[in-house]
Amino acid sequence: MTHTSKFTLAHARTGQAHRVKGLRAPSHAPEWIQWLEEIGFVDGEHVSVLARGLPGSDPLVIRIGQSTFALRKAEAECVELHDGMHAEQAA
Amino acid sequence: MTESVIHFHPSGTLLALVGNPNCGKTALFNRLTGSRQKVANYAGVTVERKEGRIKSQKGKTLRLLDLPGTYSLYPRSPDERVTCDVLAGRAKGERRPDMVICVLDATNLRRNLRLVLAVQRMGLPCMVVLNMVDLAKRRGLKIDPDALSRQLGVPVVTTVATQGTGLDELHDWLDHPERWNVQPITPAHEPVADQARVNAILRALSLDENSPELPSDRVDRIVLHPVFGPILLAVLLFFLFQAVFSWAEAPKHGIEQLIEWMGEQVGELLPPGLLHSLVVDGVIAGVGSVLAFLPQILILFFFILVLEESGYLPRAAFLLDRIMGSVGLSGRSFIPLLSSFACAIPGIMATRSIANPRDRLVTIMIAPLMTCSARLPVYALLIGAFVPNRSLWGGVELQGLVLFVLYLAGIVGAMLVAWILKRFASGQQTRSLMMELPSYHWPHPRSILIGLWQRAEIFLKRVGGIILGLTLALWLLASFPGAPEGATEPPILYSFAGMLGVALSKVFAPIGFNWQISLALVPGLAAREIAISALGTVYALSGSAENAAQALTPLIAHSWSLPTAFSLLAWYVFAPQCVATLAAVKRETGGMRMPLIMAAYLFGLAYLASFITFRVSTALLG
Repeated sequence: MTHTSKFTLAHARTGQAHRVKGLRAPSHAPEWIQWLEEIGFVDGEHVSVLARGLPGSDPLVIRIGQSTFALRKAEAECVELHDGMHAEQAA
Repeated sequence: MTESVIHFHPSGTLLALVGNPNCGKTALFNRLTGSRQKVANYAGVTVERKEGRIKSQKGKTLRLLDLPGTYSLYPRSPDERVTCDVLAGRAKGERRPDMVICVLDATNLRRNLRLVLAVQRMGLPCMVVLNMVDLAKRRGLKIDPDALSRQLGVPVVTTVATQGTGLDELHDWLDHPERWNVQPITPAHEPVADQARVNAILRALSLDENSPELPSDRVDRIVLHPVFGPILLAVLLFFLFQAVFSWAEAPKHGIEQLIEWMGEQVGELLPPGLLHSLVVDGVIAGVGSVLAFLPQILILFFFILVLEESGYLPRAAFLLDRIMGSVGLSGRSFIPLLSSFACAIPGIMATRSIANPRDRLVTIMIAPLMTCSARLPVYALLIGAFVPNRSLWGGVELQGLVLFVLYLAGIVGAMLVAWILKRFASGQQTRSLMMELPSYHWPHPRSILIGLWQRAEIFLKRVGGIILGLTLALWLLASFPGAPEGATEPPILYSFAGMLGVALSKVFAPIGFNWQISLALVPGLAAREIAISALGTVYALSGSAENAAQALTPLIAHSWSLPTAFSLLAWYVFAPQCVATLAAVKRETGGMRMPLIMAAYLFGLAYLASFITFRVSTALLG
C-alpha cells in the first residue's frame, strides 16, 4: 500500500490502534471540525476502527477514547492519524 | 436579563441536571424525583421539558430540571440548544437555574469532563455527580472522588443511579448550597486547551490511558456484524410487531368490554332521548374506541423504551444507515419512524434528536405513512368483510397477508416520497451521522415504567381531547336538523352531516366511495378509527363502536363492491386522516406551511392510489 499525503481514519485497518493527529473538514461542511472535537476527536486521543458497516464500509464504528461512535466514511476522512508505531503493515 | 435576579423566587431553588447523552442523567432524575415529575415542552420548541420536585433531608423543596443531554455548550440539535439557552439564562420563559449538577459517566471521564469545564465557565454554582461508578470499577477504573474534587474545585459525589446508591450524600450537598463553588464567568471556549486540562486531570488521578476491550464490544461483534446484525434486527422487528398485535388482544378486548359495560350502566340511568344518545353513543363509544388502542401503543413503547435503554436503538440506526441513506435519510430517522407505527405524534416528536434540519423535515413528512395503530381497526373491518379467511401455502393466512401488504405499501410509499424529495429538494446539504453507540445496559424496570406512564398520559390527554370534541361535533351534525314530517329517507340524510356526505360524494365518486363513506371520512379526520363508529352511526346503527364494527361487517360486505373496499384501503394507507398529527407537525415546524403541504401531498397521494386501485380492480373484476 502506498502512502498518500494524508492517512485518515477512513483508511485505518479494523482493530488497529492509532492516535488522532488533526482534523480537516471538507469545504462544504466546516462545522464538522467542531462537532468532531466535541465528541472527543482531539490531538493525541486514542482511536481505532472497531467495525465497518455493510458493503462499502460506510458507516464505520469508531472507538474514540472510551466512547464508541458511528461515523460516516466522509466524517472519518476528516480525522488524520499519526501512522507511528502501529502503522499498517505491508500486506 | 432581569430574570436572573431569582433569590426570592417563591417556588424555591431551581437545580438543573446537565450531562452528556447516555450518562445516566435521566435515571438519576427518576431516582431523585420519583413520580413527582411534570413533562411538558419548552416554550416555542418541541423539546421535552422534564421537571420534578425533590424533598431534601432538611425538608426543603427543590425543583429539579432534567436538561437534554449535550456533548458541549455549542449546540447541534434543537435539544442541545435548549440546554445551552437555559444555562445561559436565554431560554424563553425559563428561569436561569440557581445551581447545576453535572452528571458524569465514570467510564468515560475524558469526554464528560469537558462539559464540566464548559459549565463551570457559565458562572453557576456547580457540583459533580460521578455516575456509573460500578461499571467503572468493573472495568478496572479506580477514580478517587476527593482527588477529582480537588482538581475541579467543586464537590464530587459518586452514584449508581440505576440502583440508587450514593443518593444520601447527594442529598446532603443539596442541603448545603453554600458549600458549592462558583467560578467567575469566562467566555473563552478552546477545545484544545480544555482537552489539555482534562488530560492533566486524568494524569493527576492516574487514570490509565489505554482503553481495554469493553464488554459491549463482544456483544457488538454479533450485533453489528455485516450479516448477523441485519438478521438479528429483522427478527427483533418481526417479534416486536407480532407482540404489538397478539399481546394487545386480551387487554384490548377487556377495555372494549369495560366501555360497553359502562355504556350500558350509564344508559340505564339516563332517560332515552337526546342526552342518552349524546352520552352513550357520542362520549362513551367515541372515546372508548380510541382507549382500546392504549394497550398496543403501550406495548410498542415498552419495546422502544427497552431497546432505547439497553443501547440497541442507535445500533439499529447504524445498521439501517445505508438503506436510509439510499433515499436521502440517515439512520437517525429510524427511531422516529419506528415510533410512528404506534402513533405518528410521538414519532414526529422524536425527530428532535435529528440534528440536520432537512433530514428532520423529511422524516416528519413521511412519518404519517407508517401504518399507525389507529388504522388497524379500519383495516380489520374491511379485511374481515371482503377478504376471504383462507390459508395459502405454508399456513400463511390470506387476511394476514393483505394486512402485511398494507403495511408494506406505507413503507414503500414513504421511501418513494423521501427519494423524490432527495432528487428534487435536497440542495447542497451534507448529512452527518456522528452518533454515539452507548455501552449496553440492562434496562431498569423503574425507568421503563416511568417512561410508559408518561407516554400513556400524553396519549390520553392529546388524542382524548380532540376525539371527544369531534365525536360530539359529529353527533350534533348527524342529529340536527331532524327529518321533516313524512320523510321517506333515513333521518340522517336530512341532517347537516347527510348534506355534507352527499356533497362530498361528488368528489369521491371517481374513486368509488358512496355518500356514507364520504361522510364517515370527515369525523375520521380527527382520528382514523372514528370512521368506523361514524359509519355505524351513518348506517343508522346504535351501540358502542365494537358493536357497530361487528354489525357493520355483513352490512358493508353486502352494500359495497370489492373495488370500493380496496379503494378505501388504499385511501387509508396514505390519507392524512388525523388532525392531531397535523397539529404536531405545525408545532414542530413552527408554522402552517408544512402541515398544509403535508395534508395536500398526502391527500393527493391517497386520491391517486385509490383512483388507480378502484379503476384497476373494476377492470379486472368486471
